Amino acid sequence: MTGKTLYDKIWDAHLVDCAEDGTSLLYIDRHLVHEVTSPQAFEGLRMSGRTVRKPGNTIAVPDHNVPTTEGREAGIENEESRIQVEALDRNAREFGIHYYPVSDVRQGIVHIIGPEQGWTLPGMTVVCGDSHTATHGAFGALAHGIGTSEVEHVLATQTLIQTKSKNMKVEITGKLAPGVTAKDITLSVIGHTGTAGGTGYVIEYCGEAIRALSMEGRMTVCNMAIEGGARAGLIAPDETTFAYVRGRPHAPKGAQWEAALAWWKTLQSDEDAHWDKVVTLKGEDIAPVVTWGTSPEDVLPITANVPDPSDFTGGKVGAARRSLDYMGLEPGQKLSDIEIDTVFIGSCTNGRIEDLRAAARILEGKKIKVKRAMVVPGSGLVRAQAEEEGLADIFRQAGFEWRMAGCSMCLAMNPDQLAPGERCAATSNRNFEGRQGRGGRTHLMSPAMAAAAAVTGHLTDVRELMQPQAEPA
Amino acid sequence: MEKFTTLHGIAAPLPLINVDTDMIIPKQFLKTIKREGLGVNLFDEMRYDDDGNEIPGFVLNQPAYRDAEILIAGDNFGCGSSREHAPWAIKDFGIRCIVAPSFADIFYNNCFKNGILPIALPQEQVDKLMADAEKGANARMTVDLERQEITTSEGEVIAFEVDAFRKHCLMEGLDDIGLTMEKSAAIDSYESRAAQSRPWV
Repeated sequence: MTGKTLYDKIWDAHLVDCAEDGTSLLYIDRHLVHEVTSPQAFEGLRMSGRTVRKPGNTIAVPDHNVPTTEGREAGIENEESRIQVEALDRNAREFGIHYYPVSDVRQGIVHIIGPEQGWTLPGMTVVCGDSHTATHGAFGALAHGIGTSEVEHVLATQTLIQTKSKNMKVEITGKLAPGVTAKDITLSVIGHTGTAGGTGYVIEYCGEAIRALSMEGRMTVCNMAIEGGARAGLIAPDETTFAYVRGRPHAPKGAQWEAALAWWKTLQSDEDAHWDKVVTLKGEDIAPVVTWGTSPEDVLPITANVPDPSDFTGGKVGAARRSLDYMGLEPGQKLSDIEIDTVFIGSCTNGRIEDLRAAARILEGKKIKVKRAMVVPGSGLVRAQAEEEGLADIFRQAGFEWRMAGCSMCLAMNPDQLAPGERCAATSNRNFEGRQGRGGRTHLMSPAMAAAAAVTGHLTDVRELMQPQAEPA
Repeated sequence: MEKFTTLHGIAAPLPLINVDTDMIIPKQFLKTIKREGLGVNLFDEMRYDDDGNEIPGFVLNQPAYRDAEILIAGDNFGCGSSREHAPWAIKDFGIRCIVAPSFADIFYNNCFKNGILPIALPQEQVDKLMADAEKGANARMTVDLERQEITTSEGEVIAFEVDAFRKHCLMEGLDDIGLTMEKSAAIDSYESRAAQSRPWV
């Protein structure tokens, strides 16, 4: 008998029912909820007289709409945003689920506070009405985004109707070079496989370069599994994972910790497991990268030039032409010559403490040469820690706005938006047309690369700004 | 949920790959707490200029396609966010069927929850349907879910695959939650087992 992958093992451990055609009912351990994709689901419950089956395993936080300026407790100016956040307040209270309101220091982006509070644990199933739920896969939890109908389904039944995905292994061998980070790994993988390369699969990331990443870095890698089309990304738990989880408010304690740990240690793909697809990249070959187009697959090393649409084939020729037109770029232009107006550091991809440290290392003692730059910590606790470590001062002295926690300019549902034609170096996850504001132009990159662009005013190879003796980022 | 059995209507061609959920329904329209009324903002940034005027060249603004009920599109349709506002907007506009070489996973699931039939076909067949759609309003296609067939305006029949359970739910207009509630004994028994094996959850 062939062995099982980590995905197979978590799937089997959560199977409630399986029909002959493979349609399965999967048990959900943690349900995370935010204000944008949940109001219609709660309304649906109300209309059909249903309740939340496991309120204790359901965690809500407003993050997409919230302003990130200080003094925001006074209320949200935009009426629709305010109504949406108020609806979440009301629903959380009415249905008795865990809730972190805007006024709570623990408030933040749902995918940052879930792990931070110890809600996310290895071997769990985690869902949220948000595609970046893939983030939680960094703990060896099966985590993926769902639509609002499915949010209602999970609220009512604590299960999800699923068909099993195929298994894909993405191995990153060797070591990363200095200046190369988790963001460069995940973007490079998408550049390699394309945004539909993972469709129908759950990805397990493995290999020496993945093992060497911190939990923060692993979350960055898994966060963008969805941008590669995969339902979820996974990294098998190890000592790094256990060390991160231990002592978190909702992590098991005492004898339960020992029991949990014993099971978590079995959560690895077997040697003889079957993989439907395998992708291998050498860590040494990965460079600091940026995106040039309007799809996350439009990835190139910072040392490259803007491609010519005619270099592509099929539908990508027209798509690349449309992208360059939208982005205001010419084929052959050096990527490092592209001037930047705005820098955004934050999001569920790169709004954690390690991301802020990496950016601050580049910014220390320098001033920004862009029109505006903002750093939006992923949670109130990340913000507090960064203040304690002196990072906030480095950002402020460099000319960055130091903001409160939220999704902010990653998707521009709150007032943090790009103007038409404004060009942004962003640490977020999507460079789609209009994503950060109508007509806004987004280049995705790592926090260190975004910081480098901030101090030079153009896309920049961060390695040029690093001290020779500097530690690898 | 509204049933889907057969559909005879106008197909609009949208020959773009990677049509993402931000294109389908930009974020400013996600602030609603309702499911209805999003059709007017479907493809908002491609459909209207900065002043809110219709952009005449966009397919759904053209007289022939204003009443389209089928959309023919490029690879990886619906990539990006999990926002169900995307299928809600499509449905609210009046489109009940989308044909593309491939779909993003979450969007594909969301369609079935809203009475929309997404059909994945090989590129050559999508090309054929795209050419048929480009003929305009007089060239109507028929989508027959029961027989799993699309018939072009020329009478050519193209077969498609669909998961049997999803087909059943779509044809009967079944509510998933109601179906799952019938299995509550199995959920109860799973929960008691899990309370023993994984008490920390």
